[in-house]
Amino acid sequence: MLNYAVETQNLGKRFGKFEAVKNLDLAVQQGEIFGFLGANGAGKTTAIRMLCGLLLPSSGKGTVAGFDIYKENEKIKQRIGYMSQKFSLYEDLTPAENIEFYGGVYGLKRGTLLQKRAQLLEELGLREQADMMTRSLPLGFKQRLALSCALLHDPPIIFLDEPTGGVDPEARRNFWDLIYHMAERGKTIFVTTHYMDEAEYCHRVSIMYQGEIIALASPKELKQQHQKASMQEVFIHLVDR
Amino acid sequence: MGETCFFTVAPHFPLSVSLINERNMSSRILPIIRKEFIHIRRDFRTLMIIFIMPVVQLLMFGYAINMEIQNIDLVVLDHSQSPASGELVRAFQGSRFFTVNYFEGGATEVESLFQQRAAKMALLIPHDFAQTLATPLPSALQILIDAGDSNTAQLIQNYANAVLQNYNAERGLVTPIDVRTTIQYNPALKSSYFFVPGLVAMILMMISALLTSITIAREKETGTMEQILVSPVRPQEIIVGKVVPYIFLAFLDGVIVLLVAHFWFKVPIIGNPLLILASSLVYVFVALAFGLLISTRAATQQVAMMAALMGSLLPTIMLSGFIFPISAMPKALQLFTYLIPARYFLPVIRGVMLKGNTLEHIGVSLTVLTVMGLFFLMISAKKFKMTLET
Repeated sequence: MLNYAVETQNLGKRFGKFEAVKNLDLAVQQGEIFGFLGANGAGKTTAIRMLCGLLLPSSGKGTVAGFDIYKENEKIKQRIGYMSQKFSLYEDLTPAENIEFYGGVYGLKRGTLLQKRAQLLEELGLREQADMMTRSLPLGFKQRLALSCALLHDPPIIFLDEPTGGVDPEARRNFWDLIYHMAERGKTIFVTTHYMDEAEYCHRVSIMYQGEIIALASPKELKQQHQKASMQEVFIHLVDR
Repeated sequence: MGETCFFTVAPHFPLSVSLINERNMSSRILPIIRKEFIHIRRDFRTLMIIFIMPVVQLLMFGYAINMEIQNIDLVVLDHSQSPASGELVRAFQGSRFFTVNYFEGGATEVESLFQQRAAKMALLIPHDFAQTLATPLPSALQILIDAGDSNTAQLIQNYANAVLQNYNAERGLVTPIDVRTTIQYNPALKSSYFFVPGLVAMILMMISALLTSITIAREKETGTMEQILVSPVRPQEIIVGKVVPYIFLAFLDGVIVLLVAHFWFKVPIIGNPLLILASSLVYVFVALAFGLLISTRAATQQVAMMAALMGSLLPTIMLSGFIFPISAMPKALQLFTYLIPARYFLPVIRGVMLKGNTLEHIGVSLTVLTVMGLFFLMISAKKFKMTLET
């Protein structure tokens, strides 16, 4: 079990009569960039929320970082970073204040936190804007700031739920560079997207359709298997059957 | 940890080292408190609610809820037509409460005057009034009061008694009409003495509940709650972190409304002012905890706000003894009043302000309030969902 960063068996989630996720079987290795593809409403967000402890599964089993997703939520939370498509920043706080708050919530020591804050503002190119309200930052900056806030405690596993939604292509490329850097350093990245070009960057992808995984392999294998030139075509081929 | 690196330009990441800090609770509460203060400072609307609304409300209600009645229409049927009866009528005319009209008809026609709302009170002076007044025997007067509104009728009766008492005293009579009412604590019978402390209780309850009720709901709406929930923060840390900043502000509000009550409405402070402040602190704590409880259940700010208003305002007005005496309520409703925080605070603030109550008089009420507040907080922490489940 401990070999896998994320592992699930028959994981399911039902909202009343609606089955959002059915029989999810996953085994994500440490250091892997695992892509979770699917159209809107396919169940990606529900699945990722169950793994992060934001939703209780209705059925099945699962572990994250080797800890049970039903019973060991607190231990899991200390070992994961999570960023949603909404970039959950406080718009009426400055970037520095956002970093301070999230660092504090993760229990970072004051000295470390201040050091990290200075370093981050420098890296993100936000030193000039340190006193600006977050709401007035460009979307690309917000996205990188949100990611930084989610990773302040340096978690080994990172969940990204449509991290590049609404961001321009160049910012998306930069963002994926970041993801690669993190994976090279041993982080496990679990990322959902509906941009198929992004799927090409993943080590392995799973394609979700109506709550179920209908394909799971590396992009290369999928393209070969279905004899298509791009993931875009593979996806359309699979979903439009 | 100790590593200074992060992603991008950082040279390397510490593999699988997580910065897990099993630290004490307060270290995670402080950032929440600090952040909450920043929100408040930058949010104009919240600032208005905190500093302007209470004063406006106190002034508005302080004048609107005025239970003193003036210019009561009084008709006089003077069958005596004597100097003595003329003097009595002048006594009524001289009081600021009555507007006197003579009436020629009989007692039966008075009713139609009441029906037409042309009069609220009728004074019937019998033809032998002057004669009996000269004897040591008690002389009789008939007073009819329109009791369509019983509160008003009660007041009119009190005013009439007061006028008659004066009349007796001035004539040095041997009590022809026996009225013995002594009014303590509020000798001027100012209704503001009674109502302004009640208003203070109502306003503090409303503002406090309103303030905390939207804090958690707002974070649910903007999505930041999601980000907090994936962190290792515990529910009780969020609850405490959210309530502490507002205790300061709501207490400040208490000070402001009490100052207005004392210096503007001239409500005396007979007891220890520090005791009043301490009691207010306990009371706003209960109200804030109540707001927070709502906040944990409401999905949107609007729902939270409505629930806070309804849940604080109505019971405080109707069931706390603010306007309607609890002793006059049906038994079942009386039992229900024990759940209303203002029911305990009202006797405290009235007692300390007007009667000079000390801690021994109000200790029980304050204890009940404290227990109530802690109970609300506990339930909030318990009900607070660490998931996004609805």
